[in-house]
Amino acid sequence: MALLELKNVSMVYNGKVRALDGINFSVEKGEWVAIMGPSGSGKTTLMNIIGCMDKATGGEVILDGIDLSDIGADKLTEIRREKIGMVFQQFHLVPYLTAVENIMVAQYYHGLPDLNDALTELKRVGLEDRANHLPSQLSGGEQQRVCIARALINYPVLILADEPTGNLDEANQNLVMKIFHELHAEGHTIITVTHSPDVGREAQRCIVLEHGRIKL
Amino acid sequence: MLIALIAVAVGATIISGMVTVYREVPQQLGREFRAYGANLLIIPANEAATFDENKIQNVREVLSEHEIIGAAPFLYERLEINKQYILTGGTNFDELQKVSPYWQLEGNYPAAGEREVLIGAQLAKVFSPYEPSEIIGQEVTISAGEGTAMKKYVVSGIVSTGGKEEEFAFMNLDDLQQIVSKPNEISIAQFSVVAEGDSLKTIEEKISSGIAGIHPQLVQQIANSEFNVLSKLQVLVLLVTAIVLLLTLICVTTTMMAVVTERRKEIGLKKALGAANENIVREFLGEGCLLGAFGGLFGSSLGYLFAQSVSLQVFGRGIYFSVPIAILSIVLSIIVTGVASLIPVRIATAVDPAIVLRGE
Repeated sequence: MALLELKNVSMVYNGKVRALDGINFSVEKGEWVAIMGPSGSGKTTLMNIIGCMDKATGGEVILDGIDLSDIGADKLTEIRREKIGMVFQQFHLVPYLTAVENIMVAQYYHGLPDLNDALTELKRVGLEDRANHLPSQLSGGEQQRVCIARALINYPVLILADEPTGNLDEANQNLVMKIFHELHAEGHTIITVTHSPDVGREAQRCIVLEHGRIKL
Repeated sequence: MLIALIAVAVGATIISGMVTVYREVPQQLGREFRAYGANLLIIPANEAATFDENKIQNVREVLSEHEIIGAAPFLYERLEINKQYILTGGTNFDELQKVSPYWQLEGNYPAAGEREVLIGAQLAKVFSPYEPSEIIGQEVTISAGEGTAMKKYVVSGIVSTGGKEEEFAFMNLDDLQQIVSKPNEISIAQFSVVAEGDSLKTIEEKISSGIAGIHPQLVQQIANSEFNVLSKLQVLVLLVTAIVLLLTLICVTTTMMAVVTERRKEIGLKKALGAANENIVREFLGEGCLLGAFGGLFGSSLGYLFAQSVSLQVFGRGIYFSVPIAILSIVLSIIVTGVASLIPVRIATAVDPAIVLRGE
């Protein structure tokens, strides 16, 4: 059974703006899929739906055997917390918390924060010596690696990355992609949303959106 | 947040200060009012002319829960002084000075055990029309009337009260009782009691029902003035406290709303990371209550200093730090900041986690 399955998913805002129309695809466990498309193609809307931050107005979204179309906001939050690890283009680290504390924030909402686990994740992305630095003391690449460590801390079934290299220079872009390859090799399921063909090519498979539909 | 903390601290200072002043002022004002004379009179019951002076002790027992400033017994009799019939009061001058501290004296009060008499200012003019004060130190003859023994007394002083007492003479109670052969009898007892509002009424009822042969009577003018001033003070304190609470509420709400707006992205991020609305509510309410606790703590300490300063400057005496008032201020501050956080918290829970993906 696929880890993620979208069946005829559509999203209509205010009853007239159709952001997604008849989206069908599935992602197998351990697969790395890139969702690509120009601005306004519906990438963010699709990511919101897969990331349990919004509900499709039509169709079915099944994540790890759970139909997301039938559940309420609280349950969506719980699934987001339990099953999804998010990596953001703009990193979104809490500015007054250190690198390790930023990772522990995600642990806090999931269960009990554990410093050793958080440090282990930091080590995994090569930042064990930057644990007590504030985001303002880290480079863009380092911030993104903290963001990846935070996404991994609760052992998610799906890593959802929104333009993970969008704010990085080439060197850091390569470093982050290397981490994604390692995660993929470890068996993680990854969906990256990007408009960059270079990043899209790193994935096993690309789904291209255009005007809210999958471009065939 | 610092502004909110200052607002809460200022609010708590005023609440704590006002409540302390409100609690202390009735007692302090009560003492001040006692300077205007007795507020409770004890007179004989059943239209009798006198009653046993030992009843004063019974009245003191009834008043045991209240502070008694003084209790002055009086026996009034007409005596012949220098061949003129003068209404003379026998009293205990130590107690008289406590009950009527407003009496102005030229010379001295009659000393206990001495044959001395105090003359009212108007009476002094009768005895010494050109220079009333010259009567001080002179001897006068006193008797109970024609055919009774005449005794010589020295005028120890002249008293001005602004009232009828200026036409009277006063001597030690024992002397007068002996002259008129009325041992242990008195006509009236004046009590000055520190009691607030309706409690004087209760005292009156207790004495009426508990002690036979006497009848208590409140000095309405003083009791009413005291009651009126305290009632107005109560309304004023309540009004100021309510306004301060409202202003604190508005200030904290505004600040918390600014904090929520400022941290909108952080809230969105937390929600995107899986924070439930309960987590967000707990965090912001917790912050609000912590703010209230710290503000209340600072404020209650400052409030005590404020009340202490008011009490020292206005009444010339200090006040004790009240733990219950400090706790009340802290609890009120926590409640106010908690309530003030409700609207901001509601805004915080409405933040859409998707904002972090839109890069807003």
